[in-house]
Amino acid sequence: MRKWASLEESVIRAFFLTCGILAVLVLVGIFATLLSTAVPAFKEIHLSEFLLKKNWDPTSPEKAEYGILSMIVSTLMVTGGALLLAVPIGIGVAAYLSDVAHWRVREIVKPIVEILAGIPSVVVGFLGIVLFGPAIAKIFHIGNGLNAVNGSVLLAIMSLPTIISISEDALNAVPQAYGEASLALGASRWQTLFRVKVPAALSGIIAACMLGMGRAIGETMTVLMATGNARAFPHGFLSSVRTMTANVAIELGEVPYDTTHYYALFAIGLVLFVMTFIVNLVADVILRKYQEREQ
Amino acid sequence: MKQARRKKIAQFLGFFLLRAGLTLVLAILLLFLYDIGRKGGGTISWEFLSQAPRKGMTEGGIFPAIFGTFLVTLITAILAVPLGMCAAIYLNEYATQGRLTRLIRLSIRNLSGVPSIVYGLFGVILFVNIMRFGTSVLSAGLTLGLMTLPWTITASEEALKTVPNSYREGALALGATKWQSIRTNVLPYAVPGMLTGTVLGLARAAGETAPILFTGAAFFLPYLPKSLGDQFMALPYHLYIMATQHHQIEQVRPIAYGTALVLIVLVLGMNMTAVVIRYRLRRKRR
Amino acid sequence: MKKTIMSTITTLALLSSILLAAPAKKMIQVKGSYTMVNLVQILAEEYMTKNPGAAIAVLGGGSGTGITGLINQTCDIADHSREWKQKEIDQAWEKGVTPRFFIIAVDGLSIVVNEKNPIERLTLAQVGAIYRGEIKNWKTLGAYDKPVSLYGRQSNSGTYTFMQEFVLGNKNFSMDTKEMNGNAQIIESILQDEGAVGYVGVGYLYDQTGKIRKGLKVLNISKTPDGEAYAPTDKAAIDSGKYPISRPLYQATNGKPNADAARFIAWETGPEGQAIVEREGFFAISPAHKAQNDKNLK
Repeated sequence: MRKWASLEESVIRAFFLTCGILAVLVLVGIFATLLSTAVPAFKEIHLSEFLLKKNWDPTSPEKAEYGILSMIVSTLMVTGGALLLAVPIGIGVAAYLSDVAHWRVREIVKPIVEILAGIPSVVVGFLGIVLFGPAIAKIFHIGNGLNAVNGSVLLAIMSLPTIISISEDALNAVPQAYGEASLALGASRWQTLFRVKVPAALSGIIAACMLGMGRAIGETMTVLMATGNARAFPHGFLSSVRTMTANVAIELGEVPYDTTHYYALFAIGLVLFVMTFIVNLVADVILRKYQEREQ
Repeated sequence: MKQARRKKIAQFLGFFLLRAGLTLVLAILLLFLYDIGRKGGGTISWEFLSQAPRKGMTEGGIFPAIFGTFLVTLITAILAVPLGMCAAIYLNEYATQGRLTRLIRLSIRNLSGVPSIVYGLFGVILFVNIMRFGTSVLSAGLTLGLMTLPWTITASEEALKTVPNSYREGALALGATKWQSIRTNVLPYAVPGMLTGTVLGLARAAGETAPILFTGAAFFLPYLPKSLGDQFMALPYHLYIMATQHHQIEQVRPIAYGTALVLIVLVLGMNMTAVVIRYRLRRKRR
Repeated sequence: MKKTIMSTITTLALLSSILLAAPAKKMIQVKGSYTMVNLVQILAEEYMTKNPGAAIAVLGGGSGTGITGLINQTCDIADHSREWKQKEIDQAWEKGVTPRFFIIAVDGLSIVVNEKNPIERLTLAQVGAIYRGEIKNWKTLGAYDKPVSLYGRQSNSGTYTFMQEFVLGNKNFSMDTKEMNGNAQIIESILQDEGAVGYVGVGYLYDQTGKIRKGLKVLNISKTPDGEAYAPTDKAAIDSGKYPISRPLYQATNGKPNADAARFIAWETGPEGQAIVEREGFFAISPAHKAQNDKNLK
């Protein structure tokens, strides 16, 4: 009887373990798949050419070119612009919610911010076309609002919920004694908030921004619809740009299987994977260090 | 004294700025919902929800897209929900601190940060090509399922963590095996939270476009998918083509707005359902 | 609680097994050109209302996608707005696919600008120079002082390839070309952007009332600087070949089309189908095309 029970017990344990290991397998699988499909691309393209050349024109009748530098720069530019907008606002809102707002306001605002996180990216992209595009064209007196600014604004909106909620958690985790001590020394609430609490929660806030950045780098539909997709090296924030994600989305549907072009698209996927992996890993390490210190 | 006044002014200005930031965020959300609600609301009718597109998609409804999204989310759920729950049970109940556990956790955290288009690429290779499911409901659903998995695991684990340790110990002290204690004393309390988390994950999956772009979504189909090997129309993809591809811009713009509204209502509706599930199951137990 | 879960799981399992068990109905899959997707979809729709029981799925993706689909045998009919490249024909033969071509409509590729632009006509060479990025301001062409802003399609589009071959002289597009996801987005951008120039199929020029869309100016194109310029909407100029960038729109099948596909193609290229083609703003095929199609159907 007892034996049966313990056998059953180990079978169940093994079953759950398998489920857990599957997560590892998926991650390894994604990486392996991308790598094995991307590698053949480098039979014909030099890695340095791939990463450092500006021109991407795989279907050119003159000479096929596979440089993704313009796309990397575009991705970083749109992401950077998004962070420029989202980080100050996000931290501000988080600070307001954690320290200034009445608890009732917080109870109402927090779910609303989560609603913002729930809006599908294709809807945001659609609004980029019909709402933000024309507005940006009018404000900057340019012909078309489908450009890097549009992408940045939309991505900022999309990364705000992540930044707000994780920053707020970090601010709430600052020991009360810090704030009390500061107030007792005669500092105002404002000074306490931004000279004591925010610095104390800084690593958590940085991690929040990194996670927001990870989301912005990997976002596809929004930038595909709202940035105009010109392949040129970006001339500035008002020019149309094409990010790595948009390029994969545009070209994968068309490309014949097992060609250099096909492999090159997977190589872009690999670059994206590595980039977001690093960003998330750094965020993760920061957060964990921070949590350990708390304990 | 002067300094004190300056301090006060600084604080006033500072708080004002913060309030302005919050107002801005709320205003953006309101603008989104208002614009889509106002322009999409007029399109919504029973016909719009229950019929197929007609006249080159300039008339009729979006039923096939709604149905397709429902179907693909179902596949996603079948893959991601049980697996996610089981993995979470392992991590929270069985796993001991060790290299393997750390590796699993690290994988899960990073999986949730992998861009959705990369999942799409993975799906093309694994499901469409290697497993030969072709571009189909099945391929798309499984791709979305993998994407949702890390979210469901994380959410389920959070729910398991809220069950006090004394519950487990109580059962174990009475001679129950580990599984018995989990089954009788942990799961009943954790399941509402687990369900809430998974439904939230599924809502996000239902709104995703990039992973289904190459794994099964279709521009237009005259019939609903008859088997899991068929292609399907999906709400997010439908919105994408309505917003960018269709040449009768003026005619299809209302349809695009209507589709956006239905999509948002669906996704937010799922979010609400999640919250309601949690609330009701909690109350029942009391 | 447990019961609810169990019953949910059972329902899900049942539902999925029903779905898996249901046999897939034989459906004609049409895939390819975005220029043609709206047209073919309407054709398919009307064909299906007239022939209940017929099932045709129309997918976009671009000409390249359609051709690749036919080569990989993931579709029955490929729509394409350009001819096959030699490489594609070779690939097809390697896989045992022997494409047969049908011309279902004729398109006049239209060069369009914002209505505020004073320019009226361009030579083919000028259009090429604009898209190669050699002409940067409309002033150079004698119009107003506005930087040229290029709109085009993505490289999977047959229109892109056609432009590259016949207008750009097989040279690269300017990298500054904004590559839009669809013809609709090109049109919409041109309506807003006073420096814009774009190229679209003739069927995209009209609004739902059948008039040229407001705010859009369609340029007349001539072969040579002194030659006469024609509009893409001019049926006579298209038929006679005087409009320099008209092109046939094709469908391809693997070998002789099966009975269902053949019936659909015959209907499309017959009087009923061609009436729809004209209604949608494209041009009907010539008798020579028709004869060729009929031969390929047998």
